[in-house]
Amino acid sequence: MHEVGALTGWAWFILTMVKILLVFTLTMVIVAMLTLMERKVSAWMQDRIGPNRVGPGGLLQPAADGLKNIMKEETYPSAASSIFFIIAPMLAIGPALITFAVIPFAAPLPTPWGILDMIVADLPIGILYILAITSLGVYGIVMAGWASNNKYSFLGGLRASAQMVSYEVALGLSLIPVFMLAGNVTLTQIVWSQQQELGLWYAFPLGLSFLLFVISAFAETNRLPFDVAEAESELVTGYHTEYSSMKFSMFFIAEYSNMITASALMATLFLGGWDIPFWNGDDMRIIAPGIVEGAAPAVWKTLLTLMAFATKTLFFIFVFMWVRWTVPRFRYDQIMHLGWKVMLPWALAYVTVMAAAILTLDTLGVPFGFMFGLILTGVNLVVTLLFLLVLDRDRIIGGTAPMAPGERGRMPQGITMTRRPRETAGVGADSNISGDIAGQETEWP
Amino acid sequence: MAVGLKTVRRPESGTSYLRATLKGMALTFTHLIRPDKPVLQYPDEKPDLSPRWRGTHRMAVHADGRPKCVACGLCPTVCPSNCIRLVPGEDDQGNRYPIVYEIDEFRCIFCGMCQEVCPVEAIHVGRDFENAEYTRERFIYDLDRLMAQDHAVTDLWDPEDPLGQ
Repeated sequence: MHEVGALTGWAWFILTMVKILLVFTLTMVIVAMLTLMERKVSAWMQDRIGPNRVGPGGLLQPAADGLKNIMKEETYPSAASSIFFIIAPMLAIGPALITFAVIPFAAPLPTPWGILDMIVADLPIGILYILAITSLGVYGIVMAGWASNNKYSFLGGLRASAQMVSYEVALGLSLIPVFMLAGNVTLTQIVWSQQQELGLWYAFPLGLSFLLFVISAFAETNRLPFDVAEAESELVTGYHTEYSSMKFSMFFIAEYSNMITASALMATLFLGGWDIPFWNGDDMRIIAPGIVEGAAPAVWKTLLTLMAFATKTLFFIFVFMWVRWTVPRFRYDQIMHLGWKVMLPWALAYVTVMAAAILTLDTLGVPFGFMFGLILTGVNLVVTLLFLLVLDRDRIIGGTAPMAPGERGRMPQGITMTRRPRETAGVGADSNISGDIAGQETEWP
Repeated sequence: MAVGLKTVRRPESGTSYLRATLKGMALTFTHLIRPDKPVLQYPDEKPDLSPRWRGTHRMAVHADGRPKCVACGLCPTVCPSNCIRLVPGEDDQGNRYPIVYEIDEFRCIFCGMCQEVCPVEAIHVGRDFENAEYTRERFIYDLDRLMAQDHAVTDLWDPEDPLGQ
């Protein structure tokens, strides 16, 4: 226990304001930098160099893009519903920017006026707030698609809403084991639980949860391979087809800040948040105003943990990009299949399995600690392997190949390819070809 | 004649989605960290054009600034796309010169026959590809424009030295 002193009165007000401003500004700057990172990563993966004209190594490219988007002419489709057309980007960007508020990004910072927790709002409802707000984000997309009065936008909005609804379920269910283990939905408590109480990052004892959460997060942020909502090759750009200049940019910022939030959430829930591994010097939490449990807070510890948090978040952001530039887009029915027939039942079953496992361990009297975590890790290893096996054998990518008679939902062993017989009748040679083909079992997809 | 049938064998492991995804991720990562990107920094570095690259035309000039063209009329005659407009003139000493010499670079198919046929080596196709203009009219190169061009000219193909050695 460390008595550090609580922030009160004006000091609290000013420091909180500074914190809000800092987090908001940093998010915007990071969003800008992520657009550059996205382009750089995609370029490097495709053996290109990427933007390198504006500023050193292209560092000022986001500024140039932003300037361009502000200068550009805004277009309003004459058939669009103008009010909703304007509200939609605001509705998309608002929730995206305020979700970060409940994510703790560093160890508490001691100031001369008292201890300052490095989280904008340490809400007791924590993740529930994030779940509630991110679900609002889809309204912006649906509204954009509907108000544009454009068939591509409309289809994009439709797909986005269907996808959000499907994966929200799996996302929520994948979090239930986390709540069961942490016994709390406050993110600071979840971090503390991973640091001290369990002493193990939740990615291990809740491996499948982690996997399901990552997959759902990809779907929730509309990133590849789940970006059917803005599938360029089918829907121009989906819901923001009709948007130009800064309104388009707002959708873009919303997408990237959603990505930051999702990555930060993955890091916080499953990789210990701002915890530095194998070191107890940063394990602390504020249990009452001005009273810190665990290690003594220090400014350098705050900075170190901030770096740890940034590293983990950046890692997930990189994974987002890495997957985007590797994996092709799912077909719409594949997404629905994965969401409803794979993720939902598995998440449900997993909740049951974890509840049973935790209950069994509690009944056996295993103390909640490292050993507890290790046993759960073992259980998870088995469940995760089973999940991967089923996912793979079920062939969610199957179905495009012609199926043998009587075969359902499985890829056939060999795919027979034949040339389509020519339609020109009467020529001797051609009728011969048709005759030969007709003898074979040929199915045209 | 029977058309050949090709049966693509797909092993069970080859249809694994996870495996394919992981393999793809590994592949993109190797490209990500690859240091030597086969990229030409185009506006800074120009590509090496072949000595026989045939691009926009250039008219050779005498030391005193007159065009070498003697208005013989061979190039408009040989031109397969009929893109050269030539109005010949003659001065009081009997020297022929072009009053109008225009090449429509939009019509031109860059076959290089004008250069081959020219008896005084006046008109050349050039080793140049940066031809962007703001208007269509600018693509009709007149005599002054052709004489002002300063890019390298194309080497003609020599039948006795087909590889250019």
